[in-house]
Amino acid sequence: MLGLNRKDLTLFLVVLGLVVFAPFLLNPFPDASGLARFNAGYPDLMQRFVIFGIFAIGFNILFGLTGYLSFGHAAFLGIGSYAGVWMMKLLTVNIVPAIIASTVIAGLASLVIGFICLRRSGIYFSILTLAFAQMSFALAYSVLTPITAGESGLQLSLSDPRILDGAAGNSIPAVNFFGITMRDGFDWAMGGWVFTFNFGYYFCATLMLVAFYLSIRIFRSPFGMMLRAVKSNQQRMNYTGLNPKPYTLAAFVISGMYAGLAGGLMVAVDPLAGADRMFWTASGEVVLMTILGGAGTLIGPVLGAGMIKYFENIFSRLNERDLNAMFDFLPDGLQGAAVAVAQMFVGDGWLLTLGLMFMLVVIFLPGGLVEGGQRIARLFRRKRPARRGPDSDRRSPQPSPHPGE
Amino acid sequence: MSNFTRRRLLKTSAVAGGALALPTIFTSRAHAFTNEPTGDTVMLGFNVPQSGAYADEGADQLRAYELAVEHLNGTGADNGMLETFRYADGSRTVLTGNGILGKRVEYVTGDTQTNTDASRASARSMIEKDGAVMITGGSSSGVAVAVQALCQEAGVMFMAGLTHANDTTGKDRRANGFRHFFNSYMSGAALAPVLANAYGADRKAYYLTADYNWGYTTEQAISEATEGVGWETVNKVLTPLGQGDFSSYLTPVLGSGADTLVLVHYGGDMVNSLTNAVQFGLREAQANGKDFQIVVPLFSRLMARGAGENIKGIFGSTNWHWSLPDEASQVFTRSFGTKYGFPPSQAAHTVYCQTLLYADAVERAGSFNPCAVVEALEGDDSLPGIDSASNRGFVFDGLGNGPTLYRAADHQCFKDVLVVRGKEEPESEFDLLEVVEVTPVAQVWYEPDHPQFAGGQLGECNPGA
Repeated sequence: MLGLNRKDLTLFLVVLGLVVFAPFLLNPFPDASGLARFNAGYPDLMQRFVIFGIFAIGFNILFGLTGYLSFGHAAFLGIGSYAGVWMMKLLTVNIVPAIIASTVIAGLASLVIGFICLRRSGIYFSILTLAFAQMSFALAYSVLTPITAGESGLQLSLSDPRILDGAAGNSIPAVNFFGITMRDGFDWAMGGWVFTFNFGYYFCATLMLVAFYLSIRIFRSPFGMMLRAVKSNQQRMNYTGLNPKPYTLAAFVISGMYAGLAGGLMVAVDPLAGADRMFWTASGEVVLMTILGGAGTLIGPVLGAGMIKYFENIFSRLNERDLNAMFDFLPDGLQGAAVAVAQMFVGDGWLLTLGLMFMLVVIFLPGGLVEGGQRIARLFRRKRPARRGPDSDRRSPQPSPHPGE
Repeated sequence: MSNFTRRRLLKTSAVAGGALALPTIFTSRAHAFTNEPTGDTVMLGFNVPQSGAYADEGADQLRAYELAVEHLNGTGADNGMLETFRYADGSRTVLTGNGILGKRVEYVTGDTQTNTDASRASARSMIEKDGAVMITGGSSSGVAVAVQALCQEAGVMFMAGLTHANDTTGKDRRANGFRHFFNSYMSGAALAPVLANAYGADRKAYYLTADYNWGYTTEQAISEATEGVGWETVNKVLTPLGQGDFSSYLTPVLGSGADTLVLVHYGGDMVNSLTNAVQFGLREAQANGKDFQIVVPLFSRLMARGAGENIKGIFGSTNWHWSLPDEASQVFTRSFGTKYGFPPSQAAHTVYCQTLLYADAVERAGSFNPCAVVEALEGDDSLPGIDSASNRGFVFDGLGNGPTLYRAADHQCFKDVLVVRGKEEPESEFDLLEVVEVTPVAQVWYEPDHPQFAGGQLGECNPGA
């Protein structure tokens, strides 16, 4: 179905289920309980999960398949954001032109930057992309202030032309998709839980599913095979008479367009484009997401993006009061000690927690979270044949390992 | 999972479809406005920098917010400025220390990281997750402008904290946003005459400016005001925010023909650039036959403490200082000092006032609805002694700055501005600034369409849902 084999289809349906039921899955704790601090089911964070999921899926097409490590992908995210806001300012607050423009313009930018950077490979390629990204950041931050509004960020204003919208009255119209406001949604109170369904989230989630589907198709296509060939041995590819440059450039542009789409969606749900999202740390973040989740796997980048965004938004907001509530069950002295220790890892210290996790994953699970999942799955699989009798599995043909997992 | 049959797929999708269709029978909770408080508490969001160049200011703001919440809830050691807060007709505030509209005040805090994206993410989580009905804070104008726009879109109130750029109530003003702090224009208007008096009217100035929104408008305001008294501007150089070492920017200053250096820096940046400048020997230098001088347009006690000896004798402007002799300032300083053991900074003062002003407006309006609060804060009084059509708004007194107008036309507070100087012989580690002049409000008055503020429109208040 859909041109996918059974295994990919299962994977796709699992992602579909996760995305559709995210408002439930991310709000496991009742509103009134102390653990409600750990709930992530509010629109802003859910949108971030899927938007950065798109960003990481795109990045993985370049990094996971060709092995080219770009350290400047945030530039395309930023370019997409600025293009999107300008479309909303000039044409209409309907997000469709904004999202198309952000994808196309980020694609063009990645064509130019990719054409130059791909003349080199390895560390030189990484440094070149980093240089371009920092250049874009500096341009956005101060040189091109009339276009980018510098540090305070480009935002909508009452005096924007919005030529397709006509007169707006005395307030800035809300960003919408053919009349459905992105901010709109409804709450569903059930027992102690309140589940929030947000239109902006489901819009981004739909596009993420499309992006995910396309990425599966690319992974399984002859084109994807070529990209893997680039990664495994570029020299051998040259000797067989194939020119790897068009393939790598195509991968670079595709991942740039994914980043542009993510940037466009970011301003579609929150119409402000700031230069900070082009800073090199943002480029590094997507590398972390991909590696943490599992580079070269289909679902890894999405998991990594979710993980990092969760830490960034939930752990960084825990403070002493929350910790005191959490360790309330301990005796006084122990509670104080536990809070003092835990405090190093939350709030400002969330980066420390993330760093430790990242180290553990890279050392013990080089394949990222996906490898962790596979190992657990293997544990269960190994037990089953034992129950059926010795060696029953060995005689039948083994399924070959799934290259995309 | 591998034996996924057509039959199972159909079943699964039927369940999924049913689940998707279900929520359509639920409608939005019938709220008149975003995050209408329904229980016996009301949630406020304090969004301040807890890391980065302005972390000191952020920490002091959080202390003041906590103090304000204690005073509003009536759980503090005293009632702080609730005792001194007066309206235009001299009557006392309607706040009684019983929460806001009888609801106990609760709060969440967030870290803006002095970064527009991070600050908006933090504010959105406060609004969407914690149900905050008012967001306040922002120790950087870029952040304040970004969060103010977000609050306007989401339909909650924004009470700006430490933001000094003209744009917050100029080009980027919003109906749901209010600013108590003074601005760059007022700094320029207050400083220029004092500088001309002290250093003469024929100075040549060199500007080192923080490369962002606040830097630009402050540089413009100070240069226009000083050029008005006869000074000349030699050069303007932008420096990146959070720069640790300013030596490379200071090297060309002495050779440029300038005899005055204006450091348009704030927080940690100002501490570093001033220290570098003093180490360069700029204060002992001579240029154009005059003593070389340094000016810092926006001062705070926290910065003065960071800069130590180097601050002595340097002119700047400030919104408020704890040594002011009026009753309200004394009450606030005592209250803050009792709780924390040291006097409050101007950042702490302005956010404390903002919290009280918001609570008072809600109480007077009888509702948390942003539109009602905006109407209450826009008031219908005027300041005495200023003959202008735009002199309309909410007038209050007893919050440490004398009679103050919240102007309805642009939601900017108008009050006296303090010109201060680093004290030569401080009596304590907190006694670092002396007030040189209290510039009357009439001297810093401007019209809402002044060129430095032009291009902005408040629009309509937005109650959200």
